Amino acid sequence: MTAVADAPEGLEKEIGKERRRKEDQRLITGRTRWTDNLVVPGTLHLAMVRSPFAHATITSIDVSAAKAATNVVDVLTSEDLGEAQGVCINAWPITPDQVAPTHLPIAQGRVAFAGEIVAVVVARSAAEARDAAELVDVEYDELPAVVGIKQAMKDEVLAHPDLGTNKSALWVFDSAEAGTGGSADDAIAQARTDGIVIEREFRQQRLIPAFMEPRSVLVDPTGEQITVWSATQIPHILRFALAATTGVPESKIRVIAPDVGGGFGGKLQQTPEEMIAFAVARRLGKPVKYTETRSESLVAAHHGRDQWQKLTLAAEKDGTVTGLKVELEADLGAYVAIVGGGVPVLGAFMFNAIYKFPAYHFACQTVLTNTTFTDAYRGAGRPEATFGIERMMDELAAELGVDPLEVREKNWITHEEFPFTTVAGLEYDSGNYEAATAKAKEMFGYDALRAEQRERRERGDTVQLGLGISTFTEMCGLAPSRVLGSLDYGAGGWEHASVRMLATGKVEVVTGASAHGQGHETAFSQIVADRLGVAFDDVEVLHGDTQIAAKGLDTYGSRSLVVGGEALVRAADKVIEKALPIAAHLLEASVDDVKFHEGSFQVVGTDAKIALGEVATATFAAHNLPDGVEPSIDADATFDPVNFNYPHGTHLCAMEVDTETGAVRMRKYTCVDDIGNIINPLIVSGQVHGGLVQGIAQALWEEAVYDEQGTLVSGSFVDYLLPTAADTISFEVEHTTTPALTNSLGTKGVGEAGTIASTPAVVNAVVDAVRHLGVNDIQMPCTPERVWTAINSAGSGRETEDSAMPHFEGQEGAES
Amino acid sequence: MTRINLTVDGAKVADDVEPRMLLVQYLREKLGKTGTVVGCDTSNCGACTVHLDGTSVKSCNVLAVQADGGEVTTIEGLADTVEGDLHPVQEAFRECHGLQCGYCTPGMIMQSVALLQENPSPSEEEIRLGLEGNLCRCTGYHNIVKAVQQASGATAGATSEVSA
Repeated sequence: MTAVADAPEGLEKEIGKERRRKEDQRLITGRTRWTDNLVVPGTLHLAMVRSPFAHATITSIDVSAAKAATNVVDVLTSEDLGEAQGVCINAWPITPDQVAPTHLPIAQGRVAFAGEIVAVVVARSAAEARDAAELVDVEYDELPAVVGIKQAMKDEVLAHPDLGTNKSALWVFDSAEAGTGGSADDAIAQARTDGIVIEREFRQQRLIPAFMEPRSVLVDPTGEQITVWSATQIPHILRFALAATTGVPESKIRVIAPDVGGGFGGKLQQTPEEMIAFAVARRLGKPVKYTETRSESLVAAHHGRDQWQKLTLAAEKDGTVTGLKVELEADLGAYVAIVGGGVPVLGAFMFNAIYKFPAYHFACQTVLTNTTFTDAYRGAGRPEATFGIERMMDELAAELGVDPLEVREKNWITHEEFPFTTVAGLEYDSGNYEAATAKAKEMFGYDALRAEQRERRERGDTVQLGLGISTFTEMCGLAPSRVLGSLDYGAGGWEHASVRMLATGKVEVVTGASAHGQGHETAFSQIVADRLGVAFDDVEVLHGDTQIAAKGLDTYGSRSLVVGGEALVRAADKVIEKALPIAAHLLEASVDDVKFHEGSFQVVGTDAKIALGEVATATFAAHNLPDGVEPSIDADATFDPVNFNYPHGTHLCAMEVDTETGAVRMRKYTCVDDIGNIINPLIVSGQVHGGLVQGIAQALWEEAVYDEQGTLVSGSFVDYLLPTAADTISFEVEHTTTPALTNSLGTKGVGEAGTIASTPAVVNAVVDAVRHLGVNDIQMPCTPERVWTAINSAGSGRETEDSAMPHFEGQEGAES
Repeated sequence: MTRINLTVDGAKVADDVEPRMLLVQYLREKLGKTGTVVGCDTSNCGACTVHLDGTSVKSCNVLAVQADGGEVTTIEGLADTVEGDLHPVQEAFRECHGLQCGYCTPGMIMQSVALLQENPSPSEEEIRLGLEGNLCRCTGYHNIVKAVQQASGATAGATSEVSA
């Protein structure tokens, strides 16, 4: 017998319904369990002493005054904690010879970025700990700091002098060598003779994830297991890292991610602060808590992006792209964080995007600098890649003098061509770029806006209109363990789920994914309700505690639904399989004559039936089970996908640019995303809206700025420009659907889509508005000053200073 | 230490507090009102917004001693009961999916209630400007704005019920 894939007739199908979230009742009434809300009796509080210098030798640390302060329990340095502090690991050495400094939670002898921890104060209250931190007297000998990729590449000033270089790893993919395509160099050489070559250099500025809940960790060592509550996306990975680097047996560590207030990749880290809290709690035998201030969060929680991208695109004169060469330089910051080096590699497979490029070369040089370490931020590598290629396709269109949609259509994979193996070696299972684009164009009113643009240009309006396009795809749902292994990633990409049938007929679902705002409780309940034919409200979703969800690989990379959701489906199917012989026995029928339907097992052709919940009750009692059948219908499943997951979409943006002031205003934003089958449209729209604003913010507002000394000058919410409600607009969000073929629900990831797609759509629109004034690039964020400067320094084909300069020696201008 | 007496979510409370203690610290640490949260240290994010004597304030920007004698309403005192009977703004946030991680939500709801008290029928632009002091990183504000619009409709005929 097979389980039904869809909800049985008669019961309203949950999948596809705009269910209001189960999570919300607590959150809207203030009944929450953020880590900083939690109090264990006797908790001591930590404050970190942080280096004000980006690079310095620590010559002495005098803790005597701090130790003497009232209610201070201890003040500890790296030497004091020794090996008990463990080490912050890099789980993705992208090359065998990657150069990576040891990253101790507390710096020893030398600090490598401003904000690095040099000592920790333990006190009875957080305020007293912070007061005493001011009394710790640290003497530094300042060393020259290397800030910025360009400076780091010179290897003149070294972030870590003992390493002898700032260059960490060079990761290369070449389609000719891999056998997935031709030679990009050959294609470029050919195009220089009889085609078109577009060369650009783009800056991916450094961003700060800026989740709303500052990070917090509480460690209680007073039980048989040491319990760690942390505002983390990755309780399972954190537990592994704590065990692997401190020698404490994994079985003696319990990590709980209680309510977690956003992450966006920013809480995908094994942090120094977590390691220090763990070590101090063990040393003192007392619970300890650390909650960062926002300013600490901005300077010490990992940053994202930060690349220079040198792109060379070769095309025939009709606009058919013949090859793409990508040379990246990526800033790791002071240390190679948990997946830090791997972030640009996640973009390596995505520069070819939705297009049928026949030749592709990708090389990424990662560098160390004296700045905060970088790692995953929403999209992680894929926004950078999508930005690069979508900007280039617009530049190609401008060179050809055709509509940017036309040049995309000429090169994209058509819907008949799926499954399609790309030049980067990935197999895209499904998609329909034509359908998404057609729908987006219609909703957006593309032709009318183009007409208005022409009219404003002809009129010489001081406010010009620009239309920006981004036809993105991404690889998400991290991911097939074998592929991750082949990329030298330190872990697998499977996900685990359990379904427990309780004696009362209620259903407990345990997932290894760890939600922090995504609405898993609601969406996963919908999936299980349909699969088992039980009521939505009868399903309870448990997660984020390594003693409850014992196996899991957590939440990032738009993986929870497409990997974790599929594990859930398989566990639910196993429950039905296990319940069948018991149901048949209770119905006094042959297993072959019983079918699962509408949440009940029914003897075919009769009215005799028994509900799954009744089978659960009978199994609990275990009074009358078939011989040899265990008294349990609970089931586990671990799912490892065979492929990544490829959502795509067409995003269209209209921007108005005041040519006199450089001010930009978003007029309209329309997106049509194909994310396969949708479990909960309401949750999906929320993911898209939030993703859009993060991507738009990169285009227009956000940037982590360092001064020459390596001080983060955008180190507070006064200076780091998170968008507000007043900066943003309402969006038009729609979908087309081609189900994914690699999971039974047909779903595709949506968590990162908006962020990946929107940045190039906005910048393309801003550039489009002023291209006729001689501008062909504006560096992000496109501030009024930069836009104004671009307009006013253009006219003769000159580029904005420091932005998109043609960095290819011996060539004039941007196009060859 | 200074003695303060105030009313919080309808209950009379009194404590000795350090003069430097912030109202948000008092609410969280002394009263256990952890529904109100801290999101920044520069009074930019608004996560700690509560009502003090009927108007919204960022409770990280008020000293506990300044609230002496005052009446404070937090997110925990907004609904009539813990289960059900939500304030229309709370209901609208749930109905419109105006929250994801929920961290900014208490402040966002308290500010929205205050906004609607001042302007029961705001335009989209007035809502966006009225919430400018509250940051959200999850929702892109789209559904928060919708929630306030919906709440304004729901309360338009009965604004007297929109009480803090």
